[in-house]
Amino acid sequence: MASLALSELKLSHFRSHKHARIDADGRPVVLYGPNGAGKTNILEAVSLFSPGRGLRHASAADMARRPESLGWKLSGVLHSLHQIHEIDITCQEGGARQVRIDEKAAPQLALGRIARVLWLVPSMDRLWIEGAEGRRRFLDRITMSFTPAHGDATLAYDKAMRERNRLLKDMVRDPHWYRALETQMAEAGAVIHANRQAALVHLAAAQDQAETAFPTATLDLIAGDAGMPETSDDFCAALADNRPRDMAAGRSLIGPHRADLFATYAAKDVPARDCSTGEQKALLVSLILANARALARDFGAPPLLLLDEVAAHLDADRRGALYHEITALGAQAWMTGTEMTLFDTLGDAAMYVKITEIDGLSQVAQHDA
Amino acid sequence: MNSTRDIDALIDLMAKLPGLGPRSARRAVLHLIRKRALLLTPLADLMQSVAVTARECLNCGNIGTSDVCDICASHKRGNGLICVVEDVADLWAMERAGVFKGRYHVLGGTLSALDAIGPEDLRIPKLVDRVASEDITEVILALNATVDGQTTAHYIADQLDGRTLLTTLAQGVPIGGELDYLDDGTITAALNARKSI
Repeated sequence: MASLALSELKLSHFRSHKHARIDADGRPVVLYGPNGAGKTNILEAVSLFSPGRGLRHASAADMARRPESLGWKLSGVLHSLHQIHEIDITCQEGGARQVRIDEKAAPQLALGRIARVLWLVPSMDRLWIEGAEGRRRFLDRITMSFTPAHGDATLAYDKAMRERNRLLKDMVRDPHWYRALETQMAEAGAVIHANRQAALVHLAAAQDQAETAFPTATLDLIAGDAGMPETSDDFCAALADNRPRDMAAGRSLIGPHRADLFATYAAKDVPARDCSTGEQKALLVSLILANARALARDFGAPPLLLLDEVAAHLDADRRGALYHEITALGAQAWMTGTEMTLFDTLGDAAMYVKITEIDGLSQVAQHDA
Repeated sequence: MNSTRDIDALIDLMAKLPGLGPRSARRAVLHLIRKRALLLTPLADLMQSVAVTARECLNCGNIGTSDVCDICASHKRGNGLICVVEDVADLWAMERAGVFKGRYHVLGGTLSALDAIGPEDLRIPKLVDRVASEDITEVILALNATVDGQTTAHYIADQLDGRTLLTTLAQGVPIGGELDYLDDGTITAALNARKSI
């Protein structure tokens, strides 16, 4: 068994799955079947074993099977380093998501301490050309994988910023109230900025030290138009200075929520956004693998990898190289594809799950190569 | 006419109390009726009396039965210290510990722009007045370690800056607590606030 792996995954009334069970053994899991069969729903289920809203960034209510909408439940047995945890994630109809670890209620952030989950989904294929929000979320997931407490700082920052935005919109002019919120934004914001920079250093090191078939990406954190002050005191002062402009805009215009991630295809010195579709995908795969390698060293185990339609845009050589790197890393990668033949080179190194759909219900059938 | 209507209404009211649900409310009401002389009548009398007399202390916001609470009225508690708390429940928690010998100031909530709770909805102006008029040497901010609690603490600190010594409660390992069960933030706070033994 890999040192971080799900050995059992059960889905109940989750998306297209009424009841599904997959027993895994630590090898990569290949999920194949026609479009719309429910493959990505299983990846989404695994993604919920980490804090956050999962790989579709969906609300808990949206994950319920329709038309019943009874609420849903995921159960998993997670092997994490030398421990085995039973994890239940449930959502009652109309309620919030509840996490139980070893039969005890736990906050979502507690999942971040025992599990690391990284994913690559087709919607990220346009990551380098679309808006900065997607790239920030991508960077924050990488950062959280190294520093789970990054989630706490992000929550605190967002809360204080929403409060400040409310004051700005309501044209409140109490400087003490602003300063109280700005102090908190500055403290959390400085932590967020430092965590992100540290994550990029980790990633750069993992890329430098690796022998990989995938291209190296040079990453730069762009701090937005106004830059990001180095210390929390400077940031606090900058927020105070910016109040009139923020009030005119009705929102906070500076801070880590305005940052962007800029990637360059290092060998060609070309910005990622100007690369071909295949090259952009290869850069993403490269970053995910670098993140996984860094985590294997940092956390003590490679993360769970969720690679949705990963074969798309990759030629046969790169696919082979990807599978080789995943097995060499010893990561439990959950991969989807429409055809089993896309995964031929994996052979016995992976286990296979055929997903089909009959009358709106996903069917799951496990088998070996 | 339903002969149990009042009792049902009593159960429904009791079920609205914090910590009680319909089942425990039924048990409580049944118990009260069985102990009519010992519990129900004295409870009814006291509730009637408290409904008339309970009020907030005009000075600190504590709940009592007179305009100025016992703590504010006591000369012994006038040692120049004020402990600022969010809620009366927090004041009671501090009093249970029995260590703090000063007076309190109950804010009645925390600042929240999203919930439209501003400084004038809390007792912050009154606190500023008290610091000026009561010969206060130290204000201890015992507010929750949430974003709203800390925003309120920063706000008060800003208002009282330079007028008195301002302190906050320490954060760290609870008495009888195990490190293994602490979250990363608490461990970091505890480590930063370490002391020599």
